[in-house]
This record gives sequence, C-alpha cells and structure tokens, in this order.
Amino acid sequence: MPERNVVEAINSALADEMEADPRVMVLGLDVGKLGGVFRTTSGLVEKFGAARVIDTPLAEASIVGASLGLALAGMVPVAEIQFLGFTAQGFHQIGPQLGKYRQRSRGRYHCQVTIRAPFGGGIKSPEFHSDAVEAQFVQTPGIKIVMPSNAYDAKGLLIEAIRDPDPVLFCEPDRLYRAGRMEVPDGGYTVPFGKARLARDGDHVTLIAWSAAVELCLRAADMLVAEGISAAVLDLRTLVPLDVETLCAQVVKTGRCVIVHEAPVSAGFGAEISATLMEEVFYDLDAPVARVGAFDVPFPASSLEDYYLPSVDRVLAAVRRTMEV
Amino acid sequence: MESRRSVLMPDGTVAPGGKSRMDEELLLEALRWMMKSRLYDQRVIALQRQGQFGVYSPAMGQEASIIGSALALDPQRDWIVPQYRELMATVHHGLPLEVITAQYLGKIAPARIPEGVNVLPTQVAIAAQLPQATGLAWGLRLRGKDAVVMAYIGDGGSSEGDFHEALNLAGVVKAPIVFFLQNNQWAISTSRRVQSATRSFALRAAGYGFEGVEVDGNDVMAVYDVACDAVEKARSGGGPTLIEAVTYRMSFHNTTDNPSRYEDPKEHQEARTRDPIERVQRHLAGLGLWDEKREASMTAEVREENEQALQLAYAADAPKPADVFANVYADEPSRVARQRSELLDGES
Repeated sequence: MPERNVVEAINSALADEMEADPRVMVLGLDVGKLGGVFRTTSGLVEKFGAARVIDTPLAEASIVGASLGLALAGMVPVAEIQFLGFTAQGFHQIGPQLGKYRQRSRGRYHCQVTIRAPFGGGIKSPEFHSDAVEAQFVQTPGIKIVMPSNAYDAKGLLIEAIRDPDPVLFCEPDRLYRAGRMEVPDGGYTVPFGKARLARDGDHVTLIAWSAAVELCLRAADMLVAEGISAAVLDLRTLVPLDVETLCAQVVKTGRCVIVHEAPVSAGFGAEISATLMEEVFYDLDAPVARVGAFDVPFPASSLEDYYLPSVDRVLAAVRRTMEV
Repeated sequence: MESRRSVLMPDGTVAPGGKSRMDEELLLEALRWMMKSRLYDQRVIALQRQGQFGVYSPAMGQEASIIGSALALDPQRDWIVPQYRELMATVHHGLPLEVITAQYLGKIAPARIPEGVNVLPTQVAIAAQLPQATGLAWGLRLRGKDAVVMAYIGDGGSSEGDFHEALNLAGVVKAPIVFFLQNNQWAISTSRRVQSATRSFALRAAGYGFEGVEVDGNDVMAVYDVACDAVEKARSGGGPTLIEAVTYRMSFHNTTDNPSRYEDPKEHQEARTRDPIERVQRHLAGLGLWDEKREASMTAEVREENEQALQLAYAADAPKPADVFANVYADEPSRVARQRSELLDGES
C-alpha cells in the first residue's frame, strides 16, 4: 500500500473525488498553479483544468458565499480558506449562511460545500495564521466540524466531507502536514463522522484530543510509561457530530481524563467535553476532569508560541495532578 | 455611464425621444402586477396592525423597479435572488403568493419554495445573498445552463463588504448576473446621502470591470428596457451589469419603523408625485386604455387573488414543535436527535 503524508493524503482525496465526480471543483487563494501555500492542491489544475481549479480573488466571504451558490447550481465546491484564522473575514457566510441555509429554505435547498482550512501553531507562522478557532463554529449549528490528526483519516474524512450533502468545515493540522508517512490507500474510501478513534489504549487515564494535539498526547503517553502510568489517547476526529458514546465509555474505563487542545482554554471545545462528562458519567470519575489548552491570551508572536501552546510537559503535569487524586 | 434612463415621465407622458420595447399589452400586464403588489402591501399592513401578520417590509413606491426587472426574466430558466422587498418579483417568477405569505405567518412546510421555482429564500442578512448569487450564476454556467441570475440589493446594502466581494468576483468570472440595486433613498432611517459619497451607485460598476446603468426606478418601461439589455448581455456571455434603479420608499422600512422621526415630510410629499403606478395609469388613460371602470375591475380582480392566497396561507398547517429540528441536517447528529426527544417526549 502506498505511504502518504497528510498533504499527499489530502491531495489524493481531492484528485480521486474530482476524477469520480465532474461536479467537484476546488477554489480558493493560490490553489491553481502554485498548488496552495502548503501544496495540498498541487497538480490538480494541470489534471482537471482551470474551470474546476480556480484561483479566486483574495476575499474570504465571497469564496464561501460563492461556494454556497455554486452548490445550489449543482456543483460540489471544495473551498480552501488559506488559514483557519482568516475565516474571520468570511465567518458570516460559514456559520450563519451555510449552516442555516437548509433550515432557512424549509429544506428546499442544501449546501454540499466543504471548506478546508489549515490551522494550528508550531510552524512559526505570521500573525493570525495559527489561531485555533474551531469552537466558534460549534456555536453555529448546521456546520459539521472535522479535525483529522493523521494522513489516513485526513483522506477518508475529506472524501466523507465532499460527499456529505451538508456543509463541512475541514480543519487541517498544518504542523503535521509533512510529519511522516503512513499507509494511505489509493482510490476513494471514507472514514465516517462521529466515530472517535482510540489512538492508543491505556488503563489509568484517557487523554482526549483532536487534530495535531493527538500527536502531542501520544508523545506524552510514551513518556508516562516510565512513570508507570498507562495513558489512553482518544482522537475525537469530529467535534460535530460528537461521539458522546465512545467518549463516555472510554472515560468510564479509565476513570480519569485530561482534555488537550490548541485553542485558549476558556470556552474551548474542552469545556463542552467536560460538561458532557459531568452530565453523563460524573459518578464514574475518579478525579476531576482536567484541561490543557492554550492560555487565554491572543496567539503571541511565533517566537513565543512554544510557551503559549499546550506542551508535553503541561500534559504530563496535568496527568500527574489527575493521578494524585 | 450614460445619464439616467427614462421613458415615462411622472405626468404619464413619454419623455422626448423616449421609446420602450414594452408594448401596451405588456404595460397593462406590468400595471396589473404593480397594483397587485400595492394592494397586497396595503392589506397585509392592515393585518399586521391587527396582530395577524409578521413584521413586513412593503414595496410601496418601488413597484416599477420590482416588476420591471422581474418581467425581463424567463422564469423557466432564470433565477431570482431576493433581498426581502421584492416579494411580487418572486411571485411573478412562479413562487405562489400563498407560499411567501406563509413565511410571514411563521409557517414551515407551507412556506417552502416549490421545486422548479427558481427563487432563493429572502435574505435579511443584508448583502449576504450577493456572493451566493454570483456563485449561483457562475455554477449555472459551469453546468451548461443558459440561465441568468437577477440579484437584488439596496442603497444601504451596497455599503456591505459582501457587495464589493460579490461584484468583484462576478466581474472576474464573467458570471451571467444582473445586480439590481434599488436605491430607495433609505436604509431604515439612514439617508442615502450618508450611505456613500458617490454621486451614483451605478458608477461603482466601473471598478469591477463591467457596465453600470442608472435608471428612473419609478418608470416601469425604462426599468424593463435596461433589465432586458442586461439579461441579454449576461445570457450571451457578456458578463454582469449593475443597475441602479433610483426610486423612493413611499411607506417605511418595515412595520416596526416610524419615518416621522427622521423623514422630511416635504421630501415624502414630493416623492408621492412620482408614484410609479399612477404614471402608468395616466399614460394608459391618454391612450384610451384606462379609466375608472377598468381600474375598479382590475382592483377587484387582483384583490380577490390576494385574498385567496391569504386564506390559503392562514389555513396551511401551523408549525409543530418538531419543526424546530426540521431541515437542519440530512443525517442528524445523535446529540441533536436526543435533544429532539427531550423536547417532544420530555426525556433527556
């Protein structure tokens, strides 16, 4: 089986779906000849032509808004917003418009639109490029939120997103784009939404994460072995829909958990997970739910990002506190 | 840009050298639609005042813009992307009046735009419909259709960023679209004078690489002509046009508004002398095609149609609690399904 990194897996998903369905098109900034700033769309314009791979004007609201209209016309647009932080300039077209369109039209219309957006720290990007704002979209129902953590899932979840009749925000972990290769099949396959993945089994504590934070948790779990702590890592894969069942079953099994994400901790999606666990499995908890996120300050200059983002050390410290109870 | 296009003067006479492709038969049809719009507005405002209708934005004063532009379209293949004050344009385009009426009554399934009617939902997030309209027009062309999209916006909406982004993208991809800007001089209480320093909204088209046209928006013949030109251009691959129809909001923003707090009564009175319906009636009377008797019979006929639509809308199924969850996801997340049970069965 071929091995691919995350960039290659995403490229493969786009190429396969464009091959399979002539309605699928890619649009966004620099997605054509350049192949995107991370090269995820490399080679697509050469293969599928400039009518289906479009370099758009630099304007996020119209990239998303036009995608909505393109979908109503019967196309299947996959829009790229160059960085998730830039969705701020198109936010109203994502949550309030795409998310509500099926409801606003009383079901007459639906929007088969995928929005891809890289995000996350750790690559020393300029301002606004690293912001982990995924939780903002959880408050705009109607949008599915997909957060792959590895190449296999990235391809399967992206194909699932493109085929989904409803809008999907697909957030890509830029730090992991070229972090290594794994087996990723040729051809179309899907990874279903709403099914969390046990990335590592363990008995004492569950580390709950998504996107690049999963990789962080796996490193932390490796280091915890030396301390005699067996840590499981649960990769949520999608925030909407949320796999409440697997989440609760896994936390019941270990009785302890630490939620890790790159967004600021206050009202990050970790707060929602914590509240869900309180409602569902409070009496099965052996220790308070712990959270490790970025601090509640704006993303700092990239020279400071290692201090701002959740680190292995902070995850280890949270696990140790949790184990002491 | 040429000067403001005009055919029919406020007194019902034809402007010097004025000619329209609208013949007398079509003018009578246009008048009927304009009267239908006016009578519907008057009726539902009265119902709203009795607590029997939702918040409503009348088209009074803007009927020539709304009907003249809609008449330029082919409902079988073209699309309307409304803001929210173009109700009778969408009805002309095939949306049953009882369906759009049901929307104002808060109904759900009865307010669904039927399949085959090429109309998008009204849009209250001002200008958000414009990038969508550009995408729709672009997509229809990619799908090999010879459709044209007519997208509506106002003078206030033209200040939104989405207006700029939509027109810019439409120019770049040469989308088959007509941006129809009704400059009714008001965005709620904000005067057109403080909306923009431009002397003409139509001028803005130059910045996007396509043509802008200014037309007397109270002149249904001139509106029809410029709209037909723009639709034909779009259909033949010539790209977008921005039409500024200069008109006047003769009533109010919506039924919650009170223009006496900000509108100069003289300006209002002056605008009434330019009523788009009366000038057509005067013109047709001059041709011997209109008199009190004909007005009375058309009024009665149109009023009856409107009443029937209202009755159908009132009688249509009322929303049910389960409709809170209707039409959100094709496959509902389990968490949402559970919330539905919580609402409907009292379970959590």
